[in-house]
Amino acid sequence: MKEFGRYVLFLESLVVRRETFITYYRLVMEECVQIGVKSISLFVLVSTFMGAVTTVQTAFNLVTPLVPRFVISQVVREMTVLELAPTIMAIIFAGKIGSSMAGGLGTMRITEQIDALEVMGINSSSYLVLPKIVASMLMYPMLVIFAGVCSMLGGYLVGTLTGIMTPTEYIMGIRSVFNQYTITFALTKSIVFAFLISSISCFKGYFTHGGALEVGIASTEAVTSSVIAVLLADYFLANLLL
Amino acid sequence: MIKIKNINKSFNGKIVLNKINGEFDKGKTNLIIGSSGTGKSVLLKCIVGLLQPDDGNVFYDLRNFTEADKEVKSEIRREIGMLFQGSALFDSKNVEQNVMFPLEILTKMPQDEKLDRVNFCLKRVGLENVNKKMASEISGGMKKRVGIARAIVNNPNYLFCDEPNSGLDPQTSILIDELILEITHEFNITTIVVTHDMNSVLGIGEKIMFLYKGEKLWEGSNDDITHSGVKELDDFVFINKVMKSLKGK
Repeated sequence: MKEFGRYVLFLESLVVRRETFITYYRLVMEECVQIGVKSISLFVLVSTFMGAVTTVQTAFNLVTPLVPRFVISQVVREMTVLELAPTIMAIIFAGKIGSSMAGGLGTMRITEQIDALEVMGINSSSYLVLPKIVASMLMYPMLVIFAGVCSMLGGYLVGTLTGIMTPTEYIMGIRSVFNQYTITFALTKSIVFAFLISSISCFKGYFTHGGALEVGIASTEAVTSSVIAVLLADYFLANLLL
Repeated sequence: MIKIKNINKSFNGKIVLNKINGEFDKGKTNLIIGSSGTGKSVLLKCIVGLLQPDDGNVFYDLRNFTEADKEVKSEIRREIGMLFQGSALFDSKNVEQNVMFPLEILTKMPQDEKLDRVNFCLKRVGLENVNKKMASEISGGMKKRVGIARAIVNNPNYLFCDEPNSGLDPQTSILIDELILEITHEFNITTIVVTHDMNSVLGIGEKIMFLYKGEKLWEGSNDDITHSGVKELDDFVFINKVMKSLKGK
């Protein structure tokens, strides 16, 4: 509870004594490149294989000829939109971006760079952390959309090239009984997950004390805590919104 | 002028600073000296507000910094320049961006004026043609110079230096000391230097405060330090043969 209280106070400190809008705009754009653009290749790779494997495994489990083949791509779509793209990618996001945020801030703390900002009269938490959180909440939903498309594309390629189903069957499955609300749900989840991962990781990094060993510990804790928070939030959001 | 009154600070019940009083004069290099673990850096952090003292007050030209609200503290901090022990340059920025940083954040100066000011400060600390080098590409001594340039770029009224000589060779140490002394006189600022380097103490210590086990034991100048009559200070100053022979003379 004490740690949670510190986390809440940390979040409060982000919105007091802010710098100018143009300063934040520049920082957010820089972070968007770091968080979004530089993560695309990893997200494409993971999501494409995720869709491909889901297609193969669903086909493997469909043993009865009474179920039409297009159900495979329907399953791929639902799994991708509801869970794989927002949640599994969040774990990847925590591993790549969360650990990087915690490590970067931790290093800045132990090398007195954060103290240097404070001495200049700058609210270091707001200056360093707020742009990271905003950029994450902007970029992660886009990465999720991208991952969703790549996952379904991966499923299409494997499904059609290995003869599991025809392209027509795959497209038919993707389009049939589509509930648009699942997209809203996935994007809502992605915004919440991005906030949790970035804020928790920054919190862990910002309060690092000691040396290089502690920076490593902070990065590990950032990923662990973020993943736990994402999984809990996933359950509560599913209960709340579905 | 900076004045400190009854500064107390303890960590987990261990007293690190015990009722420290003192004045740091404008236009002078004021040194806080003492062995490792005597609370020098803690006192400096209390003065600049990186640590909150348990008791006592810090006054910047009669403005009570310790009890000021965050806005006033922020204003006072904008008059402060600080050189950190490890220089604390921003890894993601090059030399020019590091020095320009306080101007970018704290002023609305046009870009060409900022660049002129940065080049002036870099020239002042003896660095030229290194503007585009990253912090990781320059030597320790150069990092300290860049740190000093960044500290003075916004025309501070107060300059703080935490162990400016640590990790430097004796020759570079003396150059950094001389630079701090010159800048203090040239810009007429209040400078506080935390050090345990005896060359610095004798070379630039215009006003010296000696801390021992969290208490202030002696105050004076570098002219008086060799005949203070304080045993703990003598033990600190005359630790090696060279200094002992100096005392004999």
